[in-house]
Amino acid sequence: MPEIPGLLKGLGVTFRTMLQPHVTVEYTGKDGKEKEAPPTRARGVIALKEENCTVCMLCARSCPDWCIYIEGHKDKAPPRREGGKPRTVQYLDRFDIDYALCMYCGICVEVCPFDALFWSPEFEYSESNIADLLHDKERLGEWMETVPEPPALEVGAEAKKGGKK
Amino acid sequence: MTHLFATLASPHIHLAYWQETLIKVVLVLVAVPTATAIIVQTFLFKVMAYMQSRLGPMEAGPHGSLQLLADGVKFVQKELLAPERADRLVFGMAPVIVLLSTFMLYVVIPVGPGGAAENLDTGIFFALAVSSISVVGILAAGWASANKYSLIGGLRAAGQLIAYELPLVLGVVGVVMLAGTLNLQGIVQAQASWHLFGHTILGLHGVPFVIPQFVGFLTFLVAAQAELTQVPFDMPVAESELVAGYQTEYSGLLFLFFYIGEFGTAFGLSAIAATLFLGGWYLPGFHAHGFGGDLLGFGVLFAKTMAVAFLIFWIRFTYPRFREDQLQAFAWKLLIPLALVNLGVTALVKVVA
Repeated sequence: MPEIPGLLKGLGVTFRTMLQPHVTVEYTGKDGKEKEAPPTRARGVIALKEENCTVCMLCARSCPDWCIYIEGHKDKAPPRREGGKPRTVQYLDRFDIDYALCMYCGICVEVCPFDALFWSPEFEYSESNIADLLHDKERLGEWMETVPEPPALEVGAEAKKGGKK
Repeated sequence: MTHLFATLASPHIHLAYWQETLIKVVLVLVAVPTATAIIVQTFLFKVMAYMQSRLGPMEAGPHGSLQLLADGVKFVQKELLAPERADRLVFGMAPVIVLLSTFMLYVVIPVGPGGAAENLDTGIFFALAVSSISVVGILAAGWASANKYSLIGGLRAAGQLIAYELPLVLGVVGVVMLAGTLNLQGIVQAQASWHLFGHTILGLHGVPFVIPQFVGFLTFLVAAQAELTQVPFDMPVAESELVAGYQTEYSGLLFLFFYIGEFGTAFGLSAIAATLFLGGWYLPGFHAHGFGGDLLGFGVLFAKTMAVAFLIFWIRFTYPRFREDQLQAFAWKLLIPLALVNLGVTALVKVVA
């Protein structure tokens, strides 16, 4: 019976594990331990930086389950320089993400050419009413505070060209 | 338990047969769900969680102690669904048959010197006989579900339960030979007065049969594990290939019946193993009589039962599942010959010594 030592060893492993303190951390932190923080780059919720948005609709069109609703209007803005022509600017009226539909693929964040969408690791926004999972642009803007700093560039890497820092 | 009532009430009160029977029925009806709850809460929720370095249920009541109540309410309020092509009558009857075999198992377990709900002369024979009734229920459930996975699961269960019935019985026969009786109360008393070749252990009166019948105990334990379809032997409900075997189509209360059947029988078979091999309600050095003796016996039997149940569930939480052919080979090629050899040696020693 060459299997028997291995079988007994297996029993020993489970028995020892039973006596040791548990690894699992309680979500509510009721056992006195700190609540486990998600990794900083975790895909918790999408934050919106409203002033960067140009209502280009790329995110809404790339969304696989159509959970982003955008409405905007064009309006004249005062010229940049004295004596110039008034500019045409897109104003954002509505930017909603329905988190009841969102599948957290992050394509909208990837596709945004103007850095208006960011991932935030916050995840505690469950609701008892499904309609409340539709976050409007004010609510999405509030998440911006929780967006972590982008990781530092590698040592010796060239600074990003052209773009704003 | 006839005696227990005689001591509880005054000995002058005579209960009519139907009154006595009613009390016994109510007792067993209460005992089985309670035992199931204890087993599931202790082992399935907590011990399993600790063995996997988890916490288990923590939210319902202090340390999740009311989780089972929540689960029970959930099961009861769910809709009872039957497949369109199912044989409704058999489909509904199958879990009841399984549950019936569990309830009948509890009838003969002696809980104290006062006796069991029914102190049958053929006690252990009765217990083994009724515990195999569940095969009929499982086979019926598999067939009536009108589902190929259920049918395969039911057939696997039937094959397994019949194969492991033999080592279970053969493990018991050794004890019966030593005790010279089929009566469970008699087996406990035999262990209380038994001497190992004229010696006692640590000067205490009585030797539990686990010492002379260690091989029998192992055979019984492994076979009980298979009878309960606990994990190394859970081929009939193998979820990766059969969804949930014969339980696939069951929902709500009927599923709960299977659940109670499984874990109620786990407690019942553990109690029988404790009675046969660990001395039952007898605690060496204590000779209480009357109501106190019954109470002490109940506590001792409960502790021993939980110890045996811990063994069963410890094995369950440790090992992966057998393949179907390995499972059958294990029963027929290893367990049954081992039990037969044990039986032969026991007979030889009994006659010679």
